[in-house]
Amino acid sequence: MRTMDVAITGIGVMAPGGAGREAFWDCIVSGRTATRRVTHFDPAGYRCQVAAEIDFDPAAHGLTPQQARRMDRAAQLAVVATDEALADSGFDTGGTDPGRIAVTVGNAVGCTTGLEEEYRVLSDDGRQWAVDHTFAVPQLYNYLVPSSIATEVAWRAGAEGPVSVVSSGCTSGIDALGYAAGLLAEGSADAVVAGSADAPISPITMACFDAIKATSTYNDDPQQACRPFDRSRRGLVLGEGAAMFVLEDTGRARRRGARVYARILGYATRANAFHMTGLRPDGREMAEAITAAMDQAELGPQDLDYVNAHGSGTKQNDRHETAAVKTSLGNRAFELPMSSIKSMVGHSLGAIGSIEVAACALAVERGAVPPTANLHERDPECDLDYVPLTAREQKVRAALSVGSGFGGFQSAIVVAAPGEAAA
Amino acid sequence: MSDAHRTEDSAGAPAAVFTGIGVTAPNGLGTEEWWSATLAGKSGIDFVSGFDARSYPAQLAGEVRDFDAGAYLSPRIVVETSKMSHFALAATAMALDDAAVDLTRIPEYERAVITANASGGAEFGQRELQKLWRGGPRDVSPYMSIAWFYAATTGQISIGHEMRGPCGVVVSEQAGGLDALGQARRVVRGGARLAVTGGTDSSLSPAGYVSQLPTGHLTTVTDPARAYLPFDAAASGFVPGEGGAILVMENGTTARERGISDPYGELAGYAAAFDPRPGSTRPPALARCIRAALDDARLRPEEIGVVFADGHGTAELDRQEARALAEVFGPRGVPVTVPKTMTGRLYAGAGALDAAGALLALRDQVVPPTVHVTGPAPGHGLDLVLDQPRELPLRTAMVVARGHGGFNAVTVVRRAR
Amino acid sequence: MSTFTLDDLRTMLREGAGVDDSVDLDVPILDIPFSSLGYDSLAMLEIAARIEQQLGVHVPDELVERLTTPRAVLEYVGRHLAEVA
Repeated sequence: MRTMDVAITGIGVMAPGGAGREAFWDCIVSGRTATRRVTHFDPAGYRCQVAAEIDFDPAAHGLTPQQARRMDRAAQLAVVATDEALADSGFDTGGTDPGRIAVTVGNAVGCTTGLEEEYRVLSDDGRQWAVDHTFAVPQLYNYLVPSSIATEVAWRAGAEGPVSVVSSGCTSGIDALGYAAGLLAEGSADAVVAGSADAPISPITMACFDAIKATSTYNDDPQQACRPFDRSRRGLVLGEGAAMFVLEDTGRARRRGARVYARILGYATRANAFHMTGLRPDGREMAEAITAAMDQAELGPQDLDYVNAHGSGTKQNDRHETAAVKTSLGNRAFELPMSSIKSMVGHSLGAIGSIEVAACALAVERGAVPPTANLHERDPECDLDYVPLTAREQKVRAALSVGSGFGGFQSAIVVAAPGEAAA
Repeated sequence: MSDAHRTEDSAGAPAAVFTGIGVTAPNGLGTEEWWSATLAGKSGIDFVSGFDARSYPAQLAGEVRDFDAGAYLSPRIVVETSKMSHFALAATAMALDDAAVDLTRIPEYERAVITANASGGAEFGQRELQKLWRGGPRDVSPYMSIAWFYAATTGQISIGHEMRGPCGVVVSEQAGGLDALGQARRVVRGGARLAVTGGTDSSLSPAGYVSQLPTGHLTTVTDPARAYLPFDAAASGFVPGEGGAILVMENGTTARERGISDPYGELAGYAAAFDPRPGSTRPPALARCIRAALDDARLRPEEIGVVFADGHGTAELDRQEARALAEVFGPRGVPVTVPKTMTGRLYAGAGALDAAGALLALRDQVVPPTVHVTGPAPGHGLDLVLDQPRELPLRTAMVVARGHGGFNAVTVVRRAR
Repeated sequence: MSTFTLDDLRTMLREGAGVDDSVDLDVPILDIPFSSLGYDSLAMLEIAARIEQQLGVHVPDELVERLTTPRAVLEYVGRHLAEVA
């Protein structure tokens, strides 16, 4: 028997390019890029002035003025995606013991947007080191602690089981699902509302990525700013968003007659213990994570039909990841379509891992794989099939999604069709 | 039970045992220094010295003073990390030293790091925000991108000690330190032989401190000996602190194989639960969480020797906790202590530091005191261990941690022999 | 500042990026690669940023990874300080 068999019974997505799960899928299979010149603030003076932003009105998504005010944008996105996932799943939160519902939210940079806005007022734009406490707003502490995002999701879902944020940087969105799967496997919950959210398009985060020169400088061509695996790539483009799922033990989900999009069968995370931002070119730790996740899923490379790449579009990542996939999947790596949706929806840090798993689950359900946009001329050192420009209709029995992040963390997760996947 | 320590827990999975402890706390730096200070009732709560807090309604903190990061870390690492990580990296070095483990003898993918964090590198973050808003984006240091975020500490520990196994970070405010231990036990059960775990925090910069004021939970009392009085009739809120503890957890079987016959103890039970949303008529989750942790440990309430309480220090949350303890253990049914009266609340560091205290209480058969509390609120029905440590035979200890927003976590540690 | 000496660079390294315990910056280091002195890519970005902030000398992205020794930095900065002045 598998040690992990988790059904995805509901999906909610808030991603650049259109709100909601269906708009997200339309965006990525059409190969449309949602990257644009930053509008959340004036990016003049920044090295990178491009991001993938969501046009989002909290009120239009059912948040009351007080709810919208007390939540940072990351929490707002998480809650809206939670609502969609819960409605989609048909899971009866009212008819379930609240203590058996858990919440796990991945997030990398917390409530940085709200925190920075409030910091500006408290410090009078940095004029005061000893900030003025009389300008502290009621929701300020919610912004300081990212656990507030999990609190909001738990309140929305009526969850009283184990609730937490998992914050391992850019792999958080995968690691949160692995954590949630662990809760189900050990019997700590019957259902987990799990996923991730981040809203990092704020001056301080953009300045951080400027400082390490990780973001793209194609400021004159925003829609083609993120070019994973392309010879001309110049770096990542920040995004924002959330993807939330209702996860249940597959047997239990079947018994209640739930529609199962896909099953999570394997997950692993490893660390390179090499450098906070640098990657070893051979990708050995990511390869190890992939192998461990595949082993847990009891699947071999031949069982995979799609790889959702980390594909951030930085020089080092795309080569690192290509090497890791070749090491772990052998010759099958050359036969598999492997695409980066970050080319279209940007890199939403802690959120993107779950957004990419949503793409995998929908790919499994709908028999299509999204493309890598802006890929016109492959880097000679990136020699796999990255599905340039155009989506492909094809059966996806099982998909692998990988992530790589600051701290040296490398995570992999395996998502398979609801029917018996080959063992 | 035989003299040999348990290498399996009651459910047959490999036991998760603690073999090393490292502490950076406001009332003591280094495990034994802190433990002696704690048993002596020495408090680290005082007026904030790191910045000028005189204009703020709250003015106290538990600061880790006289801490020289350079004494523990390479100066290269000191500049690229924030205080929360300095504390964690120093405590990690102490804990690994204490565990006397040769990491090179453990397969690289079986060395894990699971830490908790609550609010990131507040001081580092404020400094860089100030540079950004005073000078512009080009003034922001490249180190900001790796220093302030919640995963910074786990990443640096992983790099510093070549830990390539599962690495993770849990954030559930003050409950996080215990959630990290629970997650560390999961990765140990999942195949890691050793996990560096626990938590540290430091939110003590002006902006970090002021950000805590709107909760109304920080005490405005300015007498350090009368400020943080959990379960006292005069409870007025709490004092925030910094620091925490890092623990080395190992698979009981492989720890024994490398010659550890007497670990500090075993993580025998763990559970987490969340409070009902505001306005609900359902009861708080804590009593249920305590019972779940007991079930997980396969222990009855009367088998628990002492409870390290969360001790929020505000009337309503104190009442909730006292009621939950009385409900499970009976009125005055178990000795209860709050050594964090000597440190303030350390957020992600709190659960880990209390777990360290619980393990040392098992070792030395003594319960550390709850200082400054002189008038326990009537009706709580708690057997509080007040100003003097209490010697008594201890086989098990429970730690409770509650996080702002509804988080509850409970662990049970058990003596290994 | 019209000149930028090796001692100025040493100070900048100490303040901006720290010095590894195993490294002595006070020996002749002109031609020792920064990587051998314990400085990684982030440290070099920090130094480049300080050169811009403190000396007004812009260091283009692609050049940061090519300034691999103290000598290369001193030569580059020296050349451009003349222009700034």
